[in-house]
Amino acid sequence: MHQIIDETLGINLLHANQAGADHNRAHFDEWGITCLNVMSSPGAGKTVLLEKTLAALTDALKIAVIEGDMTTELDADRLRQYGVPVIAINTGRACHLDARMVAGGLHTLSQTHTPTDLDLVIVENVGNLVCPAEFEVGEHAKVALLSITEGEDKPLKYPVMFREADVLVITKVDLAPYLDVDLSRIEANVREINPQVTIIAVSAQTGAGLEAWFDWVRAAVKPSQLAAAH
Amino acid sequence: MHETDMTKALMITLREWWESQPTRPPVERVFLTVGQFTCVEPASLQFAFEVQTRGTFLANAQLVIQETPLIAFCQVCQLEYRPKFGLRYACPTCQAPMDDIRSGRELKIDRVEYATAATPP
Repeated sequence: MHQIIDETLGINLLHANQAGADHNRAHFDEWGITCLNVMSSPGAGKTVLLEKTLAALTDALKIAVIEGDMTTELDADRLRQYGVPVIAINTGRACHLDARMVAGGLHTLSQTHTPTDLDLVIVENVGNLVCPAEFEVGEHAKVALLSITEGEDKPLKYPVMFREADVLVITKVDLAPYLDVDLSRIEANVREINPQVTIIAVSAQTGAGLEAWFDWVRAAVKPSQLAAAH
Repeated sequence: MHETDMTKALMITLREWWESQPTRPPVERVFLTVGQFTCVEPASLQFAFEVQTRGTFLANAQLVIQETPLIAFCQVCQLEYRPKFGLRYACPTCQAPMDDIRSGRELKIDRVEYATAATPP
């Protein structure tokens, strides 16, 4: 003889990850670090954008990178050439970074560097337009990249990523003359889902638009840190 | 397939609750709400749950998923509307962008059902 008991929980499915992300963010805040979570599909140009960013900003800002890659350290090695600490996290078969992995990366980082010396931690997520959108890692802002070669419809097809983004960097704009793609259409499609998003169009090849992106990064870094760095 | 991670997250949360119960009752059904405007595919989640709970305290539990549609609210028209997923998200009447989402972002464990030995009155 048994009876059925119905118990209301009302807990977010990602409760455990969210708690981990909040914990990471509390550490970042305590250390005076701004954290950016950079996301896109594979091949949109995350790593080259970070290369340009490190080359331009490492004089003014102390930057570290947490690099998510499913199996290799290829991207991490590219970024190490800029003389910044790069922690590579191989996610194995997981297609995104989660809060626990980033916490592990921060732990590794703190063994060789004093966190309070850093201004900015850039997390380069695994190339994927779907999963990273749901897993916060403790970032202060989400950066989504979309290369113009991916087509105008991607924001409509993968809306959650573009809805969540604080800034959208449209990459490879130097290729526009060779493609049947309308940059203003991409922008309009993103704004339909996320009217508040900041949109910056860049070309890492020609350097077009990069200054606007650097300005955005400088503004995202907490003012006290930037002031202290000068 | 991040539904495996979602299932892991679900199991961790349920285990916390289950271990806090004095009797550790056998869980019979778990009710979830999954919004259409999330990255979770209910069929994949069902499959992942079935596979990953084998041999655990949730082995005999059934997962019941309720999907909620994407519903936006247009501030200009002061009306709710249903965006056409993958095609059109702006307000069909005034073309204002989708700003306020009223439904579709849910990823929630609503409740659990478990059996317990009833004490006779």
